[in-house]
Amino acid sequence: MNVGLEHYLAVSVLLFCLGLLGVIVRRNLLIIYMSLELMLNAANLALVAFSRFSSKPDDLDGQVFVFFTITVAAAEVAVGLALIVALYRKRQTAHVEDLTMLKL
Amino acid sequence: MQDALFYTFAFLTLVFGFLVIANPFSRNPVTSAMFLVLTIVSLAGLFVLLHAFFLAAVQVLVYAGAVMVLFLFVIMLLDLKAEERRKITVLSIVGGLLSVGAILAIFLSSLLHAPLRATESPALEGSTVRLGKLLFTEYLLPFEVVSVLLLVAMVGVVLLSKKDLK
Repeated sequence: MNVGLEHYLAVSVLLFCLGLLGVIVRRNLLIIYMSLELMLNAANLALVAFSRFSSKPDDLDGQVFVFFTITVAAAEVAVGLALIVALYRKRQTAHVEDLTMLKL
Repeated sequence: MQDALFYTFAFLTLVFGFLVIANPFSRNPVTSAMFLVLTIVSLAGLFVLLHAFFLAAVQVLVYAGAVMVLFLFVIMLLDLKAEERRKITVLSIVGGLLSVGAILAIFLSSLLHAPLRATESPALEGSTVRLGKLLFTEYLLPFEVVSVLLLVAMVGVVLLSKKDLK
């Protein structure tokens, strides 16, 4: 059986679900952040696969989109990690269960 | 040959991805970060199979290089040794599996019923050149906006990491 668009999409879906599971189950802020990266990468894989199997020949729009996603993800990681460090300085924890000051 | 490579890389990606979120041997964030590097490298292999050579290189350089170094820096800065022994409650595992199973069912059923009769477009030669041209002609405005975004992120990080945050 030839590998087609469906196979890449299935891998992307499974990777996305792994990331989502990590966000829900894990309690460490840094691991949650890594799971977010997994989800972003799953979306990237789907976009590249769509671009490859597009009916229009030589369609690179998906790849350009992934290029922008990677850039935005890099900026997001930098800001998010700075936030985590600032939070750790104030509260001495990187655990979501200890960060309930917004709870009513 | 290509099929075998696809299955190898897909399997490696999913296994390493699973080890990022749930490693049975170690709860240390550093191990998770290392497995995330391996996940990203095997994803770059999938990108090569999809003829996205430039993106595969960027994936390795930016993600596995820059972003993961940042992650490791922060992990070592925070020194999370005391956090390792926290228990994951059964409730969160059940809830997580339920919700993820539900969304997985939605995804897979839509994937099975989608009329995907996509065929592989002919192999592109020199797609990196075309990608660069596209980036600087049709997508010039988003490109410039992204550069401003990077500047904003940099200023924000410098501000956030000041000692006395007001």
